Amino acid sequence: MPKPFTPKVITANALLEGDVIYMSATGWTRDLARADILTDEADADLRLIEAAAQTDKVVGVYLADIKDENGVPTPVHFREDFRARGPSNYAHGKQEAGKQEQF
Amino acid sequence: MTQLINDTGFVPEDWTHGFCAQGAANDCLALDLPSDADPAAIDLAEGLQMIRIDFPSSADGRGFTIARALRLRGFTGRLRAHGAVIADQYAMARRAGFDEVEVTDEIAARQPADQWLARANWQENDYQSRLRG
Amino acid sequence: MYHYTDFDGAFLKERNAQFRAQVERRIDGSLTEDEFKPLRLMNGLYLQLHAYMLRVAIPYGTLNGRQMTRLADIADKWDKGYGHFTTRQNIQYNWPELRDVPDMLDALAEVNMHAIQTSGNTIRNVTADHFAGAAADEVADPRPIAELIRQWSTDHPEFQFLPRKFKVAVTGSENDRAVIKAHDIGIQIVARDGVIGYKIIIGGGLGRTPMIGKVLHDFLPQEDLLPYLEAIVSVYNLLGRRDNKYKARIKITVHENGIEDIRARVDERFALIKPLFTGIDQQTLARIEADFAAPDFKTASEAPYHHARQHDPLFRSWSDTNLAKHKAPGYAIVSISIKAHGKTPGDATSYQMRLMASLAKRYGHDELRISHEQNVILPHVHKEDLPAVYAALKAAGLGTANIGLISDIIACPGMDYCALATARSIPIAQDIATRFDELKLEHDVGPLKIKISGCINACGHHHVGHIGILGLDRAGVENYQITLGGDGTQDATIGERAGPGFSADEIIPAVERLVLAYLNLRAEPAETFLQTYTRLGLAPFKSALYPETQTATAA
Ligand code: HEM
Ligand code: SF4
Repeated sequence: MPKPFTPKVITANALLEGDVIYMSATGWTRDLARADILTDEADADLRLIEAAAQTDKVVGVYLADIKDENGVPTPVHFREDFRARGPSNYAHGKQEAGKQEQF
Repeated sequence: MTQLINDTGFVPEDWTHGFCAQGAANDCLALDLPSDADPAAIDLAEGLQMIRIDFPSSADGRGFTIARALRLRGFTGRLRAHGAVIADQYAMARRAGFDEVEVTDEIAARQPADQWLARANWQENDYQSRLRG
Repeated sequence: MYHYTDFDGAFLKERNAQFRAQVERRIDGSLTEDEFKPLRLMNGLYLQLHAYMLRVAIPYGTLNGRQMTRLADIADKWDKGYGHFTTRQNIQYNWPELRDVPDMLDALAEVNMHAIQTSGNTIRNVTADHFAGAAADEVADPRPIAELIRQWSTDHPEFQFLPRKFKVAVTGSENDRAVIKAHDIGIQIVARDGVIGYKIIIGGGLGRTPMIGKVLHDFLPQEDLLPYLEAIVSVYNLLGRRDNKYKARIKITVHENGIEDIRARVDERFALIKPLFTGIDQQTLARIEADFAAPDFKTASEAPYHHARQHDPLFRSWSDTNLAKHKAPGYAIVSISIKAHGKTPGDATSYQMRLMASLAKRYGHDELRISHEQNVILPHVHKEDLPAVYAALKAAGLGTANIGLISDIIACPGMDYCALATARSIPIAQDIATRFDELKLEHDVGPLKIKISGCINACGHHHVGHIGILGLDRAGVENYQITLGGDGTQDATIGERAGPGFSADEIIPAVERLVLAYLNLRAEPAETFLQTYTRLGLAPFKSALYPETQTATAA
């Protein structure tokens, strides 16, 4: 039996504006809900290498653990929860209107 | 391969006598130093014409202090920075006492001569020389 | 205040043009992220959790009204209408975009400000006593040598790629308001038989391994300052560890090699460097000192002040906590609290910044300071003008009477912004302040410093808080550890860990238990929290923090 693989998403910061972004089926998105859920380790590693090669668009690419809740990726760790949501002292960043569109 | 750079931009290599490591024969003409060399322990022999100091990464700034320490000890020969030096460090290298920089072809390809020539004005805008007098 | 020379202006212009090109070269691929990162850091640009962050230097914490107004303009134009004042006398903007940063730097340069060396493994923005030039207790104004050091360290060719960051702080007073013993180099101006010299302390620092600095030289002659500093940093550049970033600070170098060994190396190096300094730097220093001459203090009646104290209890309360003794008769130093209860410590809106700027121009000889406790200071206000100043501050949400009290909390950005954080710190600070405001206890409790960091790096100085709070990640949950008895003054002490940490829900009640215990334990109302702690030690506070274990062992 292969080791169980925690589902993952590919995430990074956008080079120009810095915001947290995720890899979706159609490219980078600001919205975790739209991120592609990766369930196969080999596939995840390959997709990570491809994503990390886009050095003209993104910085600090990595795989983050998530839970698959009926097809919607949901953070496992509170750090990813904050990254997906924005700061708690002001409704800034992703909490501002119109900030959830495709990157 | 490598590219030699000085205040006039990319220049062809003109040193043909090779380099020797520290502790080699004392008729050494050009010495290669690693970035953890102790500048106080270098034998500055009469015939030594060049010292080349390695930069294993552009974030390792020891070479700048080694160069300056060698100049403070009276070394007047040729001083060369070698390795992972970027164009943005050219002025620092010159101010610290280096005469020239030798970088990998990979860096030279990404950072063409104009990016280095942009720092050939290293004698301008220099706070330290103003304070030393 | 320091007047920029043509040289300073030309330098900034050139430097900003270089950074503009570096940004373009990063975008076009000439620079890799690994190469660009140190360059953006030495120009103050971080990449945090949700966005870039630009950290702008306020050298030795001093600025004028025009500069403060420009900080407000930048907040409006390129950020979200506010800025965050930090413990190292910087202001941080949390939301700039990469392409806008060169324009922000140009806008700063127009008012002689910059973000140079506010980050990266280089000599950082030099900090100084925020009461410099105004305090009644100082030997000399520390800002002239801070400015001299700023010039010497700026773009220093040897020291842009040090093993780790390098922080210098200067004070001119025995009462240390600049935490000099927690810096890589701390400098205290001292006088011996009427001659000025410098006490040089090295190897202090907080972070993972907190250490109190050690004296390297107890009376360095004035003219030796720059060559001596150059000797220290160049010894460190070669000797400091590069194999492990947690052991790379000079505090570890000093700890591993011993202060005597470091002193011998510094002396040897100094002997080589000193002859290169011809003494021009002392002429430069004399010019800088002239720039920092005290303003023309006025003489006026203090009657309006006394009248307001008698008739306005809010003003009286504010003047009890937010004023400090000034060296000039009739004057006071005003600390403006950037710690309104429930708000983010250190955050000021552009509106508030403009108001503080106009108050400085109108009543404060056009000077402002940023304190390491994340407040703003009007260093020179005549008592006659205090009622008007207070009224204006209060109307803008800046009239909180809590300087030095429990809600005057230092908090780092924590996981709301910082990519290195292990837990949040801002909401904890907001909740503590709100809770004690509800209890209406803080004036009764008196001087008490709470300091909160969101990870072991200790940017919130928790080690030197009377109550320190460190946010950690315990198995995927935020957890807060308490330290007690820390002190960031001339009697610098690292706090003791009180015991197991608390969850986010438990931490506010835990602090409340501690403070109530103090009220019961103090010998008299004048005995501060720290004095009570020093007298009684950890035990009684520990039993207040952990009542269950207490009963368990008693049973
Ligand atoms: C938000 C981004 C920040 C990052 C990434 C950051 C990073 C760090 C790191 C890594 C250290 C530990 C250094 C070491 O021990 O080698 C540190 C220490 C420190 N930082 Fe920050 N920091 C940030 C914000 C701040 C802020 C907002 C302040 C001021 C409120 C600050 C002030 C300090 C101070 C005073 C120390 C401890 C003193 C020392 O250097 O030992 N930092 N920071
Ligand atoms: S203490 Fe940690 S969480 Fe807080 S600002 Fe510093 S690095 Fe970030």
